[in-house]
Amino acid sequence: MRDQRYIPSGCAISGIMSEEGRLLDGTMIMDSIANMHFRANGLGGGFAAYGIYPEQKDYYALHMMFDSPKGKDDAEEFLARYFVVRFDERIPFRRVAAIKNRPVLWRYFVTVKEEIKEEFYDFTEEDIVVKAVMEINRTLEDAFVTSSGKNMGVFKGVGYPEDIGEFFKLESYKAYLWTAHGRFPTNTSAWWGGAHPFGLLDWTVVHNGEISSYGINRRYLSNFGYECFMQTDTEVITYLIDLLVRKHRLPIDIAAKVLSAPLWDKIQSMPDDERKLMETLRMTYGGALLNGPFSVVLGSGKMMVGLNDRIKLRPMVAARDKDLVFISSEEAAIRTVCPRPEKVWSVAAGEPVVAVLKDKAA
Amino acid sequence: MTISYLNKEFNVVRDDSRCIKCQVCARQCANNVHRYDEEYDEMCSDGGDCAACQRCVTLCPTGALSVQRNTSQLREHFNWTSDVQRNIVKQAETGGVLLSGMSTDRPHPIYWDRILLNASQVTNPSIDPLREPMELRTYLGRKPDRVELDHSGGTPTLRNPPGPQLKLEVPMMFSAMSYGSISYNACLSLARAARSAGTYWNTGEGGLHRDFNEFGPCTIVQVASGRFGVTPQYLMAGAAIEIKIGQGAKPGIGGHLPGEKVSKSISETRMIPVGSDAISPAPHHDIYSIEDLRLLIYALKEATNYTKPVCVKIAAVHNVAAIASGSVRAGADIIAIDGLRGGTGAAPTVIRDNVGIPIELAIAAVDSRLREEGIRNQASLVCAGGIRGSADIVKAIALGADAVYIATSALIAMGCHVCQKCYTGRCNWGIATQDPNLVRRLNPEIGARRLSNLLRAWSHEIKELMGGMGVNAIESLRGNRHHLRGVNMSDTELKILGIEPAGG
Repeated sequence: MRDQRYIPSGCAISGIMSEEGRLLDGTMIMDSIANMHFRANGLGGGFAAYGIYPEQKDYYALHMMFDSPKGKDDAEEFLARYFVVRFDERIPFRRVAAIKNRPVLWRYFVTVKEEIKEEFYDFTEEDIVVKAVMEINRTLEDAFVTSSGKNMGVFKGVGYPEDIGEFFKLESYKAYLWTAHGRFPTNTSAWWGGAHPFGLLDWTVVHNGEISSYGINRRYLSNFGYECFMQTDTEVITYLIDLLVRKHRLPIDIAAKVLSAPLWDKIQSMPDDERKLMETLRMTYGGALLNGPFSVVLGSGKMMVGLNDRIKLRPMVAARDKDLVFISSEEAAIRTVCPRPEKVWSVAAGEPVVAVLKDKAA
Repeated sequence: MTISYLNKEFNVVRDDSRCIKCQVCARQCANNVHRYDEEYDEMCSDGGDCAACQRCVTLCPTGALSVQRNTSQLREHFNWTSDVQRNIVKQAETGGVLLSGMSTDRPHPIYWDRILLNASQVTNPSIDPLREPMELRTYLGRKPDRVELDHSGGTPTLRNPPGPQLKLEVPMMFSAMSYGSISYNACLSLARAARSAGTYWNTGEGGLHRDFNEFGPCTIVQVASGRFGVTPQYLMAGAAIEIKIGQGAKPGIGGHLPGEKVSKSISETRMIPVGSDAISPAPHHDIYSIEDLRLLIYALKEATNYTKPVCVKIAAVHNVAAIASGSVRAGADIIAIDGLRGGTGAAPTVIRDNVGIPIELAIAAVDSRLREEGIRNQASLVCAGGIRGSADIVKAIALGADAVYIATSALIAMGCHVCQKCYTGRCNWGIATQDPNLVRRLNPEIGARRLSNLLRAWSHEIKELMGGMGVNAIESLRGNRHHLRGVNMSDTELKILGIEPAGG
């Protein structure tokens, strides 16, 4: 079922966030990504939504896919070892003619068992969740975790993104941050888990591009215990962000300078302190540099970040209108949902666009 | 003395219709092959022992000369080839160990030629290095596991700056060749070229001639088992210190500079009496274990106040991965690995041709091992031994090296024709000799320029290859085996190299 070869792909991406934490239903993001229909080829579409489970916001929300009843049984047996399942249900959907061959879609709201925390005393609770998710995805034949953060979820599958959104009834969810992806994979193997966004904890990544440094990024991550089983760029980007921001505690703007490093010539002309910092970042994190064309929208509970490769080989446009920040592959996909934003700009190579959730919001 | 059963290896063939009897050949040949016969007014090329060094051929103004294998044919035999027979005859006549110069000339597999590189098509764009930046800068030395920041002062500052590093503008350095094994002018050429290219040359075990102190910032000073020329000033003079444990051409044995090469200048630099043999023992007699290596590494770091990275150079032998890993844990900041096809000024032929493993397999195994152990960042990896061109360099880096050492190719750039007679001291090109008349033939200005040209040319080619792969910084190539594919290899070889077969 899962292709074990590296999978390059092209794509459309879009993200919308209210920095005030104002909740938006899914229609705006669906309209935006639908506008870029021709950047996708119907082999994958998906969305990430933040703020959708206020009632269960203290539980890790595990969105899962099962290819067989056995897959579901195996996964539930596995979950019971690590977690207390507080609540679970089928992920609601509606009939859409274009969406075929669906896996069983289920969500579990869980907390980590006390005795597991005791057993893995040198792990944080989040490390335990990461470990469990990776183990499920790597070892269980017919089960796959699509997202594993709190108060958020990933909805994705094989189809055009607008059909996937309709299928998952996204108009009925309310989120302060939405990202979306329309996929144009350059191979034909299409499976639901392989659609984007890719999620780990509350990180989600939608990505357009092909990372020519994939081989070393993957080997670099293996130093830190990340095993890339998906063979996609998006997976590698997600783990790198998790490593840099969550584990190494780098601020996001510094992490962005690792992933999309400034050129040596530019570093040379920086003031002393900054130059030393940048030199050290490049020396230390050379294996984390993402090289090749990419544009990425990263989502998390606290922020949305847009990032382009270091010489801007893929399109990315951002806009701001009052509390809303938009990031998209194309300006048209922004203007179709916000015709006259206060500000629109083309995102510069290697310069992150960061939208942050205001403290008291959400 | 009885007659030798050895036939001449080479004949010089002279085209008399072109020869103008200018006697350049006679003056240039230190092996006394050519002479002018005044009585018959004729040039003869029947004396001495031609090494096929091509000096006369190159300098003959009319192109009258060519060197050819002795055409007197032995009866062919697959097992008893002419080389085999020659070796037996030599030893029957002398009772000695056979010596050779340069790297092994046996047909061991060259894996570089079985590895092919990737290029971008459609899904990602290739990058044109003439229009876009293409970065080759490389830092060698220990890197921290992570960067820790101090946010107390507003703008973040570094809490754990990395240790001392070597900064290379091109991912290639000149490998260790001692003053003694090569000439003053050859050393000077290397030092000048290293400085102008933003890279490093290496003293080998010859010490640092006082004239070369000015090149300290682009010099790696070596500490080998003989400790020749090692003083506190010497250690402080270089940009890095290299502990030489082994050499690819002769793993497991030491070195021997014969007394006749130990001139006044060499004696001063090595701190040994004029005319005495300079013998480097096979092991360091203070290193009989990995713990002992750690002591020497830290003694050198203490002596230089932790301002210089310490490199440990080892030969690629069977358990190279474990040795490299141990050396990193013992405190080495850089590991240089010298492969089976590495060069030498002199080595017993039997060792040169039979001991060690190919560098490609060694580099791949070491890089993989260090990554498995999560200590790859703690030391940089330098690949040495038989690097012939930019493609070899790109493949070495993609397998996991941070940079490469080059030596034979540098010598060729200066005029060497790989005649493999370095140990005779009669190098007609002024490189592997201490004879002042021969040394003078190598103009250090020209030598440095030819070396700089080579580095520049290879840099351009590396950039072209990287651009084709769609990466614009060398750190994205380093260890990126995804861009390599193998042909004509067994599954086992592919697995050790960590690469897919072509088409896979």
